[in-house]
Amino acid sequence: MLTLKKVETEFTKELAANGGSSAELCFQCGTCSLKCPSAKMMTSLRPAYIMRASRLGLKDEALDVDALWQCTTCYTCVEWCPCNVQVVDVITALRNMLVADGEMYENHKKVARSLIKNGHTVENNDKIKKIRKELGLPENPGTVMDSASAKADFDKVLKSTRFAQLVDQ
Amino acid sequence: MKRYAFFLGCIAPLRYPGIERSTKEVFKALGVELVDLKDTNCCPAPGVIKSFSKTTWLAAAARNLALAEKEGLDIVTVCNGCYGSLFDAAHELHENKEMLNDVNKILAEIGMRYSGGTKVKHFAEVLYNEVGVEKIKATVKRPAAYNAAAFYGCHFLKPSKLKQLDDSERPTILDDLIEAVGAKSVLRKSKARTMCCGAGGGLRSQFGETALKFTKANLEIMRNGGAEMIVDVCPFCHLQFDSGQKDSGYALPVLHLSQLYGIAMGMDAKDLGMNAHITPVKL
Repeated sequence: MLTLKKVETEFTKELAANGGSSAELCFQCGTCSLKCPSAKMMTSLRPAYIMRASRLGLKDEALDVDALWQCTTCYTCVEWCPCNVQVVDVITALRNMLVADGEMYENHKKVARSLIKNGHTVENNDKIKKIRKELGLPENPGTVMDSASAKADFDKVLKSTRFAQLVDQ
Repeated sequence: MKRYAFFLGCIAPLRYPGIERSTKEVFKALGVELVDLKDTNCCPAPGVIKSFSKTTWLAAAARNLALAEKEGLDIVTVCNGCYGSLFDAAHELHENKEMLNDVNKILAEIGMRYSGGTKVKHFAEVLYNEVGVEKIKATVKRPAAYNAAAFYGCHFLKPSKLKQLDDSERPTILDDLIEAVGAKSVLRKSKARTMCCGAGGGLRSQFGETALKFTKANLEIMRNGGAEMIVDVCPFCHLQFDSGQKDSGYALPVLHLSQLYGIAMGMDAKDLGMNAHITPVKL
């Protein structure tokens, strides 16, 4: 009888710990790559390649930084996958692993730094403040942007999860 | 009267405040009370932030969910990104007690606790499933007689196994909601289907040119379908279409569904915040 042994390496264990274990279910039909809008735009992303490499424990092939960041997380692959592979979760897990190793694009670091600074991914500005006022809204929305104590709480959440060290390691 | 906690997010209040204002007016007119959910942080963004650290993403999302739980209210968002993030986080924390315990250790440091009970709803879902098309039709004061391209975006309906709102390949919710206020949803029977706007997943910030390829592919489908405006349900898609038409040869006004509803329900044009838009809106 033919038996298939599950490939288990440090990499596949780490991938599973990050929420990417469903790559194991992939039987390489290629539907995800066929349906992927990013692949249609001729980027380097072919989700089926990433799932194959992830499943086989091929770390360097799976951690393809350029391909992984061409995913818009649109979930078209997940909708079509006949094996119930959570493709977006696998890609997110792999991105987490890249980032943990210090591999990040500067533009993404800017988004992350804005979250640290403002509690939001974008800042307020004079033009928006003026429009908000004209609309009868407070200049700043009533979020962490408008409350020092709420922002301090949010800062603590980021600190507990060591987010700033991750971004600027 | 049904009450919800209104989760603002980032792009709506800080780039298109007209969406915030019109949502409040429209829900009031439809008899749904939106209570501003104070002190919230970014959902956090499912693209960059969740991709950087799932741990940070989950803890920060749990803080938002806990704020709503404290008010005893479920959350309504006007953004597919916030909806995706908060819905996923609520789902994970509901299903995985170990994860919930870990998150509560972090929340305990700021004197908060989340028990896992907050439900997260998309505003279009509330309009369709709770208010209903008939009641919406009855509040129309000025039919919005435009040819509109419905743009669903991604995280409103997908992953559909979890969201269970509509068929993600052939949806009709937004088409029905657009037609309820007198507009024609021109892509309803179109063979060419729109796709992701291109902005998500960190693509807009790092690979802007690629993101625009997605946007333009959609714009072509919309123009060929006879659209004179785009109607979206997500401020991030809204931003991508509004800014992405610059120097493109396209000039389709971009309206969030709440703004289209504002027009139909008789709001003054000046209260819709169209002066924040990059692609001019001439109605």
